[in-house]
Amino acid sequence: MGKITLKSVRKSFGEVDVIPSIDLDIEDGEFVVFVGPSGCGKSTLLRLIAGLEDTSGGTISIDGKDATDLPPAKRGLAMVFQSYALYPHMSVGKNIGFPLKMAGMDPAEAAKKVERAAKVLNLTNYLDRKPGQLSGGQRQRVAIGRAIVREPAAFLFDEPLSNLDAALRVGMRQEISELHQSLKTTMIYVTHDQVEAMTMADKIVVLNAGRIEQVGSPLDLYHAPANVFVAGFIGSPKMNLIGGAEAAKHGATHIGIRPEHIDVGAGGIWQGTVGLSEHLGSDTFLKVEADGLGTITVRAGGEIRMQHGDRISMSPQAGKMLRFGPDGKRLA
Amino acid sequence: MATKNNRAAGRMMVAPSVILLFIWMIVPLAMTIYFSFRFYRLLSPERTGWVGFSNYTWFLNSPDFWLAITNTLLLVGGVLFITVVLGTLIALLIDQPIWGQGPLRILVISPFFVMPPVAASIWENLFMHPQNGLFAAVSRGFGSEPILYLESYPMASIIFIVSWEWLPFATLILLTALQSMSSEQLEAAEMDGASALSRFRYIIIPHLSRAVTVVVLIQTIFLLGIFGEIFTTTQGGPGSSSTTLPYMIYKQALIAKDIGRAAAGGIIAVILANIVAIFLMRGIGKNLDA
Amino acid sequence: MARAITTQRKIAYTAAAWAVGLVIFFPVLWTILTSLKTEASAVATPPEFFSADWTLDNYTEVWARSDYPRFFWNSVVISIGSTLLGLLIAVPAAWSMAFVPGPKTKDLLMWMLSTKMMPAVGVLIPMYLLFQWTGFFDSRSGLILALMLMNLPIIVWMLYTYFKEIPSEILEAARMDGASLRNEIIYVLTPMAVPGIASTMLLNIILAWNEAFWTITLTTVDAAPLSAFIASFSAPQGLFYAKLSAASTMAIAPILILGWFSQKQLVRGLTFGAVK
Repeated sequence: MGKITLKSVRKSFGEVDVIPSIDLDIEDGEFVVFVGPSGCGKSTLLRLIAGLEDTSGGTISIDGKDATDLPPAKRGLAMVFQSYALYPHMSVGKNIGFPLKMAGMDPAEAAKKVERAAKVLNLTNYLDRKPGQLSGGQRQRVAIGRAIVREPAAFLFDEPLSNLDAALRVGMRQEISELHQSLKTTMIYVTHDQVEAMTMADKIVVLNAGRIEQVGSPLDLYHAPANVFVAGFIGSPKMNLIGGAEAAKHGATHIGIRPEHIDVGAGGIWQGTVGLSEHLGSDTFLKVEADGLGTITVRAGGEIRMQHGDRISMSPQAGKMLRFGPDGKRLA
Repeated sequence: MATKNNRAAGRMMVAPSVILLFIWMIVPLAMTIYFSFRFYRLLSPERTGWVGFSNYTWFLNSPDFWLAITNTLLLVGGVLFITVVLGTLIALLIDQPIWGQGPLRILVISPFFVMPPVAASIWENLFMHPQNGLFAAVSRGFGSEPILYLESYPMASIIFIVSWEWLPFATLILLTALQSMSSEQLEAAEMDGASALSRFRYIIIPHLSRAVTVVVLIQTIFLLGIFGEIFTTTQGGPGSSSTTLPYMIYKQALIAKDIGRAAAGGIIAVILANIVAIFLMRGIGKNLDA
Repeated sequence: MARAITTQRKIAYTAAAWAVGLVIFFPVLWTILTSLKTEASAVATPPEFFSADWTLDNYTEVWARSDYPRFFWNSVVISIGSTLLGLLIAVPAAWSMAFVPGPKTKDLLMWMLSTKMMPAVGVLIPMYLLFQWTGFFDSRSGLILALMLMNLPIIVWMLYTYFKEIPSEILEAARMDGASLRNEIIYVLTPMAVPGIASTMLLNIILAWNEAFWTITLTTVDAAPLSAFIASFSAPQGLFYAKLSAASTMAIAPILILGWFSQKQLVRGLTFGAVK
């Protein structure tokens, strides 16, 4: 249940190859996150898997069966949309029960399933309300409920948290992760937020301009990014990429060092002048004009008080510096 | 959205409307063209035959025809001018902070829903009538003779009646456009020191230009075919002084029962409509993004 | 001080705006008033306002004429008939153009619009002859067909703009939920489209009721609706002023009321969605 395989999947819109060719294996029960900048094709890829778009080439298999030409209704998948896509004229109960009605399930049995889903999602008191009367977080839960009740082979999430405010996002993120732990169903989750990707995924697929840049676990991508793109995408604030003479010293076109892997203190090998300092309380992020290196970001402890114009001295932590070659790929 | 699964269904669903409109366009038009080159009078149906362009030349040589063209253009141009200018002013007035904007809108848009024969009948009998009309009563109140509007100024009277009918349309469209304009732009201009007149000229007018374009286009389509009002009041008279091209063709078809000539007139009307459309598109089409 | 000026301004604007509004509305008001007077009162000079004799007799007399109810009924049948027929054809077309657009869809819509631009007189001859030959002349069904064809572009366009406002994601969700095309249309699309369809119906009834070309040229006695009746009998030989006013008021009252509630639909429908 829930094993999805993509072979040479291609998608073009007219002359434009939005996705040239993608091969991907998703194992049963995995939480896979498609992440990448806007326009990289992650939503398109999700919609191809869902069947809402036709492929221009290649095959999609679900649990060993070729699903490439199947309509969405027959693929056994469930999707949670960014805008929730609830049926505005139906009550919450009818929304959640709609897939069961479409499957021709006995109404009494369907009602039981709806109740169970509502209980899991804390929606029992809202079953008679219409979506227009619910808050954003509640609507999100209804959308998830509608997906759960189908007992699909896999769940597809299309940037489900983008429309929620920051505090709600953190809570819902955790609820979805807990849902995955209890249901153990495959989940494919699309987001442009790398924090969501890092915290929720078993496996991350980093996409750029329709191509897979790297597939791996969150920590793999963090410690061993395959290329400059992945290195710059994962981790916030972004990894510092330093070129020129300093990189050449280490035999690379670019060297990368994350802000959290730079220590501030006397006797460091790099010197610089503080430009901007952002105090978060728990951390301080300094934007430093480093001599001979360009602008780099450094993370320092929350107690550090530095001002515009102060001179500081920094050192990269041992073993944390990554080297990248002229083609952007990481050197061993 | 459009996957091969529902594309075929999609094509089938559009088919009836397309086929119907296509037939509705092609067949009658083809018939009109055919008849325009033939001799065909309903009162002497046994006489038939091809007559080349003589139906067309009859029109071009008839002074009534050129009068009809003039009247048609006067009608369209006159009503457009009156409705757009007055419509803008009235829309601006209604957009101001006033009490009872809702009911006021209802009053202002009412004429548009009055069917053309009734509108014409109201003006003809209750207002313009030389014995019993209100205008006559007012004239007599001032000691002067009532004016025979529909007799002495037939075209102007028709233009007046049609303008009354269409003013609400222009006003409503322009008012909708005004109210959809962001107040922030105007506030920013006010903070930049722009006077009311400047704000009107540099911000409101450009924003309205798109709505005005739409009003002109839509009204032209309808105004070229004005018929009911003329039929009800002047029947194109006195003589032919208030005959427009559509009315002239109607007279040929249903009164003179000369099918050949009426068909030629119809084709001329189609050509005229296309010419007007081209001018419109060129002149103001750039204001639209279709 | 600023607030006082604003209130002063408001009074001035309100007075001016209402003056304009009343002037524009006056002909309708005068017609209604005249319909409530006796014939003698109606033609009295100088015109009577408060000293008039009021009566409802005009309405009952006009309605009791054997032909007026028939004209009224013709208007009802023709407006509603052409609207329903038009919807039957236009709903599937608009659905497919809104949700399954092809490369030619935009062109198709433009072409439909252009058919509305053709002057009716251009096809008067064939319509007149065809209607005579097929027996559609002076028949309600003939008029229903003619008016439907006239307004089909508007109906399609209006429905198209309403359908486009339905978020396609909701229809996709229905598909993901296992709905066949038929179920998608029945359970999701139609309920959400009902307000748009109702608005389109409203506008089309108004346009068909008020139509004054085909209803005059293609009818004589049997199928003539109110537009033809008033047009032919306007010079009051058959009707005197008060009764003419009553006949006119009854002819326009339904549409006036419908129209007051349909301002938004009017704007959208007649500007082909260009102004919202």
